[in-house]
Amino acid sequence: MARLADMVFILVVVLDLVLLASSRLKVAIRTVAGQGALLALLPVLLVTDEHDWGHVAALAAGALLVKGFAIPRMMLWAMREAAVSRELEPIVGFVPSMLLGAVGVLLSFVFAGALPLPGPEKHALLVPTALSTVWTGLLLVVSRRKAVAQVLGFLVLENGVFVFGVLISDFMPVMVEAGVLLDLFAAVFVMGIVIFHINREFSSLDTEKLSALKD
Amino acid sequence: MTILLAAASPALALAAVVLAAGSGALGVAVRRRPALAQGLACAALCLAAALGIAAAVLALLAPAPPALAFPWSVPGGRFAVRLDGLSALFLFPILSVPALGSVYGLRYWPQPVLGARAVRLQLLYGLTTASMALVCIADDSILFLVAWEVMALGGFALVLTEHEAAEAQRAAFVYLASAHVGSLALVALFVLLGHAAGSSAFGAMAGLPGRGALAGAVFLLALGGFGLKAGLMPLHFWLPGAHAAAPSHVSALLSGVLLKTGIYGLLRVTSFFEAPPVAWGAIVLVAGAVSAVLGVAFALAQHDLKRLLAYHSVENVGIIAMGAGLALVGRARGEPALVFLGLAGAVLHVVNHAAFKALLFFGAGAVVHATGTRKLDLLGGLAKRMPVTAALFLVGAAAISGLPPLNGFVSEWLVALAAVSTVFDRGPMPHPHFGVLAAPVLALVGALAAACFAKVFGAVFLGTGRSAHAARGAEPPRSMRVPMAALALACAAIGLFPGAVLPALTRAAADWSRLPAAALAGPAAGAASSAARVSLVAAVLLAVALGLVAWRRRGPVAAEAETWGCGYARPTARMQVTGSSFAETLVVRFGWAFFPRARVVPPRGLFPRRAAFHTSVPDTVLDVGLSPALRSAARIAGWVRAPLVSRVQFQALLLVAALVGLLAWFVLA
Amino acid sequence: MLLAAVQLIAFLALPPLLVGVVQRVKALFAGRAGPPLLQPYWDLARLLRKGTVYSRTTTEVFRAGPAVGLAAVVAAGLLMSFGGSPAAVSFGGDFVLFAGLLGLARFATALAALDTGSSFEGMGAAREVSFASLAEPALLLCLVVTARATGALSLSQMLGESLGGAWRSDGPALLLTAAALFVVALAENARIPVDDPSTHLELTMIHEVMVLDHSGPDLAFILYGAALKLFLFGALVVRLALGFHFPGPWTAFAAFLAAMLGFAAAVGAVESTMARLRMSRVPQLLVGASVLSGFALVLLLR
Repeated sequence: MARLADMVFILVVVLDLVLLASSRLKVAIRTVAGQGALLALLPVLLVTDEHDWGHVAALAAGALLVKGFAIPRMMLWAMREAAVSRELEPIVGFVPSMLLGAVGVLLSFVFAGALPLPGPEKHALLVPTALSTVWTGLLLVVSRRKAVAQVLGFLVLENGVFVFGVLISDFMPVMVEAGVLLDLFAAVFVMGIVIFHINREFSSLDTEKLSALKD
Repeated sequence: MTILLAAASPALALAAVVLAAGSGALGVAVRRRPALAQGLACAALCLAAALGIAAAVLALLAPAPPALAFPWSVPGGRFAVRLDGLSALFLFPILSVPALGSVYGLRYWPQPVLGARAVRLQLLYGLTTASMALVCIADDSILFLVAWEVMALGGFALVLTEHEAAEAQRAAFVYLASAHVGSLALVALFVLLGHAAGSSAFGAMAGLPGRGALAGAVFLLALGGFGLKAGLMPLHFWLPGAHAAAPSHVSALLSGVLLKTGIYGLLRVTSFFEAPPVAWGAIVLVAGAVSAVLGVAFALAQHDLKRLLAYHSVENVGIIAMGAGLALVGRARGEPALVFLGLAGAVLHVVNHAAFKALLFFGAGAVVHATGTRKLDLLGGLAKRMPVTAALFLVGAAAISGLPPLNGFVSEWLVALAAVSTVFDRGPMPHPHFGVLAAPVLALVGALAAACFAKVFGAVFLGTGRSAHAARGAEPPRSMRVPMAALALACAAIGLFPGAVLPALTRAAADWSRLPAAALAGPAAGAASSAARVSLVAAVLLAVALGLVAWRRRGPVAAEAETWGCGYARPTARMQVTGSSFAETLVVRFGWAFFPRARVVPPRGLFPRRAAFHTSVPDTVLDVGLSPALRSAARIAGWVRAPLVSRVQFQALLLVAALVGLLAWFVLA
Repeated sequence: MLLAAVQLIAFLALPPLLVGVVQRVKALFAGRAGPPLLQPYWDLARLLRKGTVYSRTTTEVFRAGPAVGLAAVVAAGLLMSFGGSPAAVSFGGDFVLFAGLLGLARFATALAALDTGSSFEGMGAAREVSFASLAEPALLLCLVVTARATGALSLSQMLGESLGGAWRSDGPALLLTAAALFVVALAENARIPVDDPSTHLELTMIHEVMVLDHSGPDLAFILYGAALKLFLFGALVVRLALGFHFPGPWTAFAAFLAAMLGFAAAVGAVESTMARLRMSRVPQLLVGASVLSGFALVLLLR
């Protein structure tokens, strides 16, 4: 089980790096979906006897459903509606953002040991993975122009938070977890509608054009 | 017997210093017969080099570093010299490159033609050489500082050789300013050290504790003062201009060996301390890596042959610093293998860089001498007109790119090996595993240097000439070719037989780190057996290559034709890839570090008459950062000063105020 | 001793077959029968018998370039372990010499290309050295990861017995490294998605465009050298990806040769199913390989 969890964590980080390098939004959405589905495995892989199996199963199923299927489908829909398929000119280029991502991964591994977090015995890779995923999400939000890519950044950010959640899921009641997932779902839903409207109004998804609204 | 000979070593070295310092003066005595005068000076410098190298060899053979001291009238100072392994290894390039340079100068900078200007150059050339040698053997901080100052001023005067040229004036001024700042730091450094040790003798300073505020301050001062001389990024700003403005054999001296005194100083001062903290090594390593990568990046962006070579010095000093940083980390961690590999790589690269950089500057000098231009994009096709120079330059180009089987590879291999061995550190936390990143950095630097020298060699020697300048190319006289051939031979010899230099490097590492010889014996033996295998592979490489070439000579008869132009029937020389466009892909990668200036006249209309495109990449530190900042500082100072000095009364008032203030301070304190 | 000799002979004899397999796989993907597997040998034999045409622009650099390039790759072969048994020559840090020799081959080829004065070949040389400057750090990072995982400093030991133990403890990191190395291998050997070895449209090529003016035996040297280089990288990738321990060196060697066929098939499959990347995207791919191997290093040093 621990070896499998190893693989999941490593794949999650690799997918982070892939995301930073991909300019095709469709590929990026699929990558986020894949990452979400992988994360859904985590509660099952890290389960110990003292956990409540019902809680774990619900968490995994909910995450798989929301992160792996519902949200990506919605994103694909938004992308189609907005007729954008590529992030052409990111604010930070693909190579620099990949290098920044790599630096972030390095620092997460360096600092993970220094953070006063509960449950380091759970899995050595858990905290670094969570930190690097959060960092990747932030990087995507900051460095991309297209609204779809930015929403993807938020999703990755949430994936990182989810990994942290697994760390402390002993203390987290299932309702809170479900609430977070639902929040996310609603947020993406709203973003989808907003994207649709931005696109209709400006015939572009460049969020920098939103500054024209201030007048 | 050997002990007696070893005792002669410092005396020989001092004789070399005196002879080198006086070499130019010999010429003055017989200046009525200029050819004889220059020949005498050159012979004296060569003899000095022979004496100095004999001294270095004897010192390396001696069981303990030989030393010699005289009473000296300078208060607090002693005239003491000492040749340990480090000094001896630095003496080789420091004396041989100027000696070869003076041979090269016989026809490159001939006294019969240039008269007084050549006499002045010869005087300064000898004096600078002597002071560099003295810097490396000085065993007393006062003597070191005096020699250092003479060297700095000599360098300034050498840069100013072509003193009418505005370029040389500006470069020399920047050099002088930076040399003064560096000297200031060094005076402070040695005052601190002397205070801590209670004496100005280097021997008394050895063994100071590596922890504490004093050690930290000394290290930072050394990094600043010596880094400025060595040209570590971002303290390299004076270097490209100075080395490009001087005549080529002076550039070879400045770029090939004068920089190395900075490295020597840094190594010498760090050797005083017991167990320096890991942070020192890390700082030197990072500074070296930054210098190496950005140095070669700036070199790629240059269009001027000599400026390009000067930036490569920044790169190579970076590689040396990386080796030194790894050796410092090794001392901090108590790892003899790391100390040996890092320091051996660094010191060997000092020697190697002197050899190939001098070779390249001599080659560049031959090209500039014949064609009258330093612009890469005006040259081309010179391999047909000057085949010997081209072949020798190619050896230097391959060596500086770190390609086997030449010497540049050997030293970079040692540094890379040191970097990789940090990854196995399993001592107490925190591990210095970051050092391993130096290995891919070295690979990046090597590949970029190879790209840059493919550009240089391609643009200057290959293809067809791009202008009338290129058509003037002609082989230089023999006295200019022989020094180049000697240096190329040295490059090949060290590359093919790296095992031969390892004992000397082991000695330097032992003297520098003061580790017992037994601790270094293991790593040294390992390196020796590896070096033998490097020689073996190099031999196979040469045999296969020569065999294939020989076999090709007997092959079917060759036909000649035009270069295939993909169906285009009338190619011109202007259609070739220029140096600038060759490097374009790589230069844009480093766009974040450059502030290129471009002048574009776009083509207009259906039949455009003229269009132009001109770019240059100024030095980011000097031209973009320092110069504008200092200009505005000068302007502000001008505003402040104007009202104060415009009237005598104000000046008097200032004087009175200062006096009163001083008195008040004395009374109150 | 016998095994070492057999391996060296295999290294010198088999690479053109590897190219033949790649071509056959590509043909199968395209629904063609494809050339015979031994066609590369016939091509080399034909070229060796031909005369040479030299451009009037060129000098000795152009004539020596292919010979030096081939000699460097052959010398690099002395250092490579084929299938886990020791190489002909091995010492601590030989992988730096390995990378250096490949760099020498590249330098010789690029200079020969510049010697023709052709704008196309100059462009190809510029691309080659630019992309190599990103591929070399990636290669070295991969080798450093392997060194750390196996605790060894020579190629023979890194790819030898200790690799099996390293696979058991650090499998994921080595897998990432093998993937990164495969990307580097594709780039260094002028394969899709970095370069297209079968096109002859000058503007889109890297390696092929550099050798436009070479003919006869010179071209044979270059083609043979390219095949040797592919074999070398294949040996590295295959051994890293399948770090098993085999009973007996001869079975290991046989398994290695079989795996090399698999490598050739993989290269052919990549070439058939992927499009060549735009030039501006190539650095991204190579930096990606560096980042991947860097991540593997972080995993090991954790």
